[in-house]
Amino acid sequence: MAELLEIRNLRIEATIWPPGEAARDVPIVDDISFTLARGKVIGLIGESGAGKSTIGLAALGYGRGGVRITGGEVRLDGQDILSLGRGGLRSVRGARVAYVAQSAAAAFNPAHRIGDQVIEAAIRHGILDRAAARRRAAHLFEVLGLPDPERFGARYPHQVSGGQLQRAMTAMALLPGPELVVFDEPTTALDVTTQIDVLAAIKAAIAETGTAAIYVTHDLAVVAQVADDIMVLRQGRMVEHGPAEKIITDPEAAYTRRLVTVRTAEGAEAEDQSDRLLDIDGVTARYGELTVLSDVTMHLPRGQTLAVVGESGSGKSTLARVVTGLLPPAGGRVFYRGRPLPPALRHRTRDDLRAIQMISQMADTAMNPRHTVAQIIGRPLRFYFGLRSRRRRDRVAELLHQIELDPSLAHRYPAELSGGQKQRVAIARALAAEPEIILCDEPTSALDPLVADGILKLLLRLQAETGTSYLFITHDIAIVRAIADSVAVLHRGRVVRFGPKREVLAPPFDDYTDLLLESVPELRTGWLESVLRTRRMGSAGH
Amino acid sequence: MTARGIPVGAWIGLAGVGLALVCAAFAPWLAPYGESEIVGDIWQPVGGDFVLGTDNIGRDLLSRMIYGARTTIFVAMAATLLSFSLGTLLSFTAAVLRGWPDQALSRLNDLMMSIPTLIFALVVLAVLPQEMWILILVMAVLDSTRVFRLGRAVAVDIAVMDFVEAARLRGEGTVWIIFREILPNALTPLLAEFGLRFAFSILFLSTLSFLGLGIQPPAADWGGMVRDNKDGIIFGIPAALIPGAAIAVLTVSINLVVDWLSNRTASLKGGRS
Repeated sequence: MAELLEIRNLRIEATIWPPGEAARDVPIVDDISFTLARGKVIGLIGESGAGKSTIGLAALGYGRGGVRITGGEVRLDGQDILSLGRGGLRSVRGARVAYVAQSAAAAFNPAHRIGDQVIEAAIRHGILDRAAARRRAAHLFEVLGLPDPERFGARYPHQVSGGQLQRAMTAMALLPGPELVVFDEPTTALDVTTQIDVLAAIKAAIAETGTAAIYVTHDLAVVAQVADDIMVLRQGRMVEHGPAEKIITDPEAAYTRRLVTVRTAEGAEAEDQSDRLLDIDGVTARYGELTVLSDVTMHLPRGQTLAVVGESGSGKSTLARVVTGLLPPAGGRVFYRGRPLPPALRHRTRDDLRAIQMISQMADTAMNPRHTVAQIIGRPLRFYFGLRSRRRRDRVAELLHQIELDPSLAHRYPAELSGGQKQRVAIARALAAEPEIILCDEPTSALDPLVADGILKLLLRLQAETGTSYLFITHDIAIVRAIADSVAVLHRGRVVRFGPKREVLAPPFDDYTDLLLESVPELRTGWLESVLRTRRMGSAGH
Repeated sequence: MTARGIPVGAWIGLAGVGLALVCAAFAPWLAPYGESEIVGDIWQPVGGDFVLGTDNIGRDLLSRMIYGARTTIFVAMAATLLSFSLGTLLSFTAAVLRGWPDQALSRLNDLMMSIPTLIFALVVLAVLPQEMWILILVMAVLDSTRVFRLGRAVAVDIAVMDFVEAARLRGEGTVWIIFREILPNALTPLLAEFGLRFAFSILFLSTLSFLGLGIQPPAADWGGMVRDNKDGIIFGIPAALIPGAAIAVLTVSINLVVDWLSNRTASLKGGRS
């Protein structure tokens, strides 16, 4: 059978302007070759900067943000896409090859109805007339499991949820009946319980329309559910390429093996959890009229880790704001060492502030881009302990050593560090205050899996060394399993479940915890089907 | 930073600004004649005894230009620096404190801006004694309303960033947040605005001088020189155009330098935007 897509020796370059040096070209993607048969799905997987999205877009003959396709061939059904002119490309894009972006919320125009945007490409290309396009859209909405498929298109993007919007975008891509669809991390921005639905919908739609697909993601467990073949990429080069089953169960390259067994961080669960350092007692929090937390009660034992797990909108970050004093609660109190903490930040003493430090999700924005690493880490030393000049420099070097960074990085600016290094500096800044409690607000969710694993290991080691307690906010059950001593499950601002890890993560479950746990993708093919089957059986039984 | 890394435009700008600064600094040594010394006939042509000719009462135009650079640049620079200090400090305070201080400052600023600048300045300067420091102060206060607008807009954006929140969590005071967290990140747009405002200050000073409320004779300044010699234009005498051209060249030069500086600071240190 003839191959639909054939990519041979693809090379993509970009020009960079390092400060103080001459501009030069660097390869983003180098020497990538693969073929894709009709109706098949290939998964491109790798860390950020691996060039996976760039390759996906190259299938549309497109180079994003100034990158140029400088070598190789991209053939669609034997036709060289790269030699097509603007007009030729326009007739291919959206009609024969379609694209589904990571953030549907950013990709939809908020001023137009969803339905009009979904059918636009098919009408522009003259594939369907308006009435037929609307009928097909309604059909695709149904296949994708969207509510009220006949009238769904009449809504505006802000009136539907993120998961629904992502499915609408899939409908948009599939509507003109393309031969190839490029999915660029379509479920990455979604919650796990939503991700599983979208994943199932995408898989069903691919099967129904018989289109081929390139599925780009950094999550091996996700791609294992949809892809026939998987290509592992690293720094723009191919590491390994083969059938999905083989990559997962029997990887050859060392890098792939590391990806497969990525979670190596593991802490033992503490037995005695009676020494309470932080008590959150009946906290209710509001933003204006909107109640975000209602009657939340939990406690954090000294020297241990309390994981607060929940989906976006569950109020877990708001809880951190209440504990730090950024958002005084509408009701309830927070006790530190049995003593109530003043609700508002400005009433807390400097020592209270020192004792509770925070690490946030985006290390990028959490550090002043115009301060050097030494200034960032040195400020708490000066502020809380009055350390100056020589002694401060020494302590900064000591802290950098402790977080496994080279002391020579002290003079760099945050922009000159990698994502993992930035998060380490943020940890060092928190450690500099010699805190009792560190609030970790999704510190690893913006990082690649291997880097995230390193950060978790570091946090565990630091806890063992310094006895610091962590209030760890996350949406990732795997992290909870790895590091928590006790767990609180938050759902819509309420504590669904709280207790030692061994009790919370063991049956019998309540409905929500059950849903949350089973939605976490497992690294085996066929996982998606088995979950969906159990669910159907479950709902049939009810 | 090597000399080769500086683009051509910036070189031109640096040359223009440099020339003006040298004239301003060494005026008594550079000028062939005194500032208000009458040395010849009125409106003698360019070339001949006097390089740029003479003005409406027979003073050497080149000497007046050189001394004029001194007055013009000093007053405009002082007014701009003052307006930036004032505008930046107040706007950042408003952005960091929010609440009623923000409301009070912002509404006061709106009130000031709603009165046309030139009329405001004319009224105030006509009433107050005509001294240079009063002139500088009036220009600075009027200009600071524009700086306030920009400064507040920039600072409000920065004040909600995580690193400012981290500073608040640490317990830092308002002064630290304004000068150490926000100011370094607001520098790029402020610097660009500084160049523009400085140019506007020169123009505004020249306007005031032209109307007779700026620098008082016999002291030379470029705007005043345009006024002194404007009648000559009818007779085809270019004496008014020379200080006019100097104002234009200095304005353009400053903007070339500022463009380059703001590009440079934005690309260094991976600054935001």
